[in-house]
Amino acid sequence: MTLTVPTPLADAATSDAALRRFLHGLPGVDQVGAEGRAANLATRSIKTTAKAYAIDLAIRMIDLTTLEGADTPGKVRSLCAKAVRPDPTDPSTPSVAAVCVYGDLVGLARDYLGDSGLHIAAVATAFPSGRASLEVKLADTRHAVAAGADEIDMVIDRGAFLSGRYLQVYEEIAAVKDACGEAHLKVILETGELATYDNVRRASWLAMMAGADFIKTSTGKIAPAATLPVTLVMLEAVRDWRDATGTLVGVKPAGGIRTTKDALRYLVLVNETVGIEWLTPDLFRIGASSLLNDLLLQRQKLASGHYSGADYVTVD
Amino acid sequence: MQPTPFEYAPAPESRAVVDIASSYGLYIDGAFVDGTGRRFKTVNPATEEVLAEVAEASGGDVDRAVKAARHAYNRVWSKTSGRDRGKYLFRIARILQERAREFAVLETLDNGKPIKESRDVDIPLAAAHFFYHAGWADKLSYAGFGSDPKPLGVAAQVIPWNFPLLMLAWKIAPALAAGNTVVLKPAETTPLTALLFAEVCEQADLPPGVVNIVTGAGATGQALVEHADVDKVAFTGSTEVGKAIARAVAGTRKRLTLELGGKAANVIFDDAPIDQAVEGIVRGIFFNQGHVCCAGSRLLVQETVADEVVERLKRRLTTLRLGDPMDKNTDIGAINSPEQLERIRTLTGIGEEEGATRWSAPCELPDRGYWFAPTLFTDVSQAHRIARDEIFGPVLSVLTFRTPDEAIAKANNTPYGLSAGVWTEKGSRILRMANAVRAGVVWANTFNHFDPASPFGGYKESGFGREGGRHGLAAYLDVA
Repeated sequence: MTLTVPTPLADAATSDAALRRFLHGLPGVDQVGAEGRAANLATRSIKTTAKAYAIDLAIRMIDLTTLEGADTPGKVRSLCAKAVRPDPTDPSTPSVAAVCVYGDLVGLARDYLGDSGLHIAAVATAFPSGRASLEVKLADTRHAVAAGADEIDMVIDRGAFLSGRYLQVYEEIAAVKDACGEAHLKVILETGELATYDNVRRASWLAMMAGADFIKTSTGKIAPAATLPVTLVMLEAVRDWRDATGTLVGVKPAGGIRTTKDALRYLVLVNETVGIEWLTPDLFRIGASSLLNDLLLQRQKLASGHYSGADYVTVD
Repeated sequence: MQPTPFEYAPAPESRAVVDIASSYGLYIDGAFVDGTGRRFKTVNPATEEVLAEVAEASGGDVDRAVKAARHAYNRVWSKTSGRDRGKYLFRIARILQERAREFAVLETLDNGKPIKESRDVDIPLAAAHFFYHAGWADKLSYAGFGSDPKPLGVAAQVIPWNFPLLMLAWKIAPALAAGNTVVLKPAETTPLTALLFAEVCEQADLPPGVVNIVTGAGATGQALVEHADVDKVAFTGSTEVGKAIARAVAGTRKRLTLELGGKAANVIFDDAPIDQAVEGIVRGIFFNQGHVCCAGSRLLVQETVADEVVERLKRRLTTLRLGDPMDKNTDIGAINSPEQLERIRTLTGIGEEEGATRWSAPCELPDRGYWFAPTLFTDVSQAHRIARDEIFGPVLSVLTFRTPDEAIAKANNTPYGLSAGVWTEKGSRILRMANAVRAGVVWANTFNHFDPASPFGGYKESGFGREGGRHGLAAYLDVA
């Protein structure tokens, strides 16, 4: 197990009781206050040059995702093509950050993307439920990495977390991190199942203590998925983690972010909670499938002065 | 690619939605009339641009206004059923909502507050007060004041410049719902939304004389509250003027309610939700540039978390956006007048002389207009003037405490008692503090939240009487 945290924090991870003492000792989150702050930031008005900047930034932060049982090699190939060149009519459009697929399709994506610079993220560890033995989860992870994934999106065991078996969650994340090798680890908290912001904050810290490179809100399979207040609480956690350890951990809201307006609100949240340091695809990602087309439509509108329409961007 | 600053482009609200006349008269007996006094100018405090010339009501003008109100009370309003009064109030509330943008823009131009606040707080709350009191108008028999409580008659109302339209709503809505007629004087630096409200009264077909607006400064206000035919005086403003009004009204039949200054304690315990508490501190003292009588201007923070809270607060204050109040992304607008700016400068200067440590947010102040950067003082003791005097600006004094008893003692150790805040995750502590702190409003894990159903008012030198809620009706009914 690799410990990436300084000793005082690592000492907390010796037993369920020690972890409980630490995690429950974090300041609480007032629900009304957190939601009020997120709603207040959502009223920011992002126009003209700021909007153009933010749209390109949002495109560069997208993990373009397909996670369906019905995914096919053809679907993955067209996803990759779109990831590299999102708008065939405008070569100035930046590429997205990564494609995100199931483990068995990683090889295909790697064949297509090669060393284009785009990352390939694979969901692993019995995504989305996380209900499998540790051996299976680790094998799932190793397979995806071997097939060419350089980012692993794992899910935590919510059952263990909610019943207070924090050490089990911690050790599982640490073991997956170990299995990732060089690949970056994104830890999905599935905040829709954690129920309270206090739990979101605790799960964020637990994941970072165990070695997460990114903390991610949701699988996209559970409602509610990403929300602004949940993302705010996670951003506060990575900010405080930076203050405590000097290490920067990324944040990825995923699921339910469909419009440019939504995406801009997330960027404002990042800008005003953790600052510009996090406004890079290395530290902030947006997990989405349909968002990209709305960003492209808005981008075309800014460039041309008029709206085109759904037929002027590609369906996949 | 290296991260570059995410600079928000200017996003100014359009001022084209509102027509500002070059000159305004007084609104008396359902018509705009020229005053007989001299005229004065009202300026945009963010640009020092003159917005309009406004009439200063003389003693004679005030007398005409009170006579019109008396006439309307005797002939029309006292005979109008509660249901019909309610209809007028609902109509006014709806018109305020329909014309919300116009009011928000005008309020921001005349007052200097950010458009975000006039748009999201002032105007919606003003409409909400009319809606709320419209509902009471035909239900006064069930308000707990007997089977048929009577109005008082003519109400003289004098309001401040910090929330011009909202304070007008707090005054006019309950007065009309209870069956009184009013003569209202807005502050001399912010008369324009009250004059636009006069247009709303016309649009709502409110009978002439039920609402009269007289503009002017202290002398006009004095003529109004001292007028012999006034039955009720309601004042919101400084404690100094409030005392003068109380002396003037003493020995007369006039009923009096006063909502005056404050020096509220915002108490942060070490088990508070720290991130939200920091937001609450900001909302408590930097909302509306700190021009809030119930502002949380004294931060009492438990010493175990004092350094952490102050550090987080400073980090948060560096993200506040100070500038053009018409920009939708502005958090901190202009100080309302050069006089107020001078007072803030004087008191902060005294704070430094007395040995407190000053820190101001690093923001650029515009060249024109009246501006003051968000500022906090640490190393403040209870004996410092910045911990005792109401500054009425974006200035926070930070004090520490060790035990809950010390927090209560310090919170109460002020001549004022308008509001207080308590931040803790422990419910029993909230209840104890709410009982022990002598303040009209005690907010728990929030600050500066208002609702028309919640009574608002002070202890001690913060005044007496309540506005809003069922309790607020008593101020405009002939009940003990």
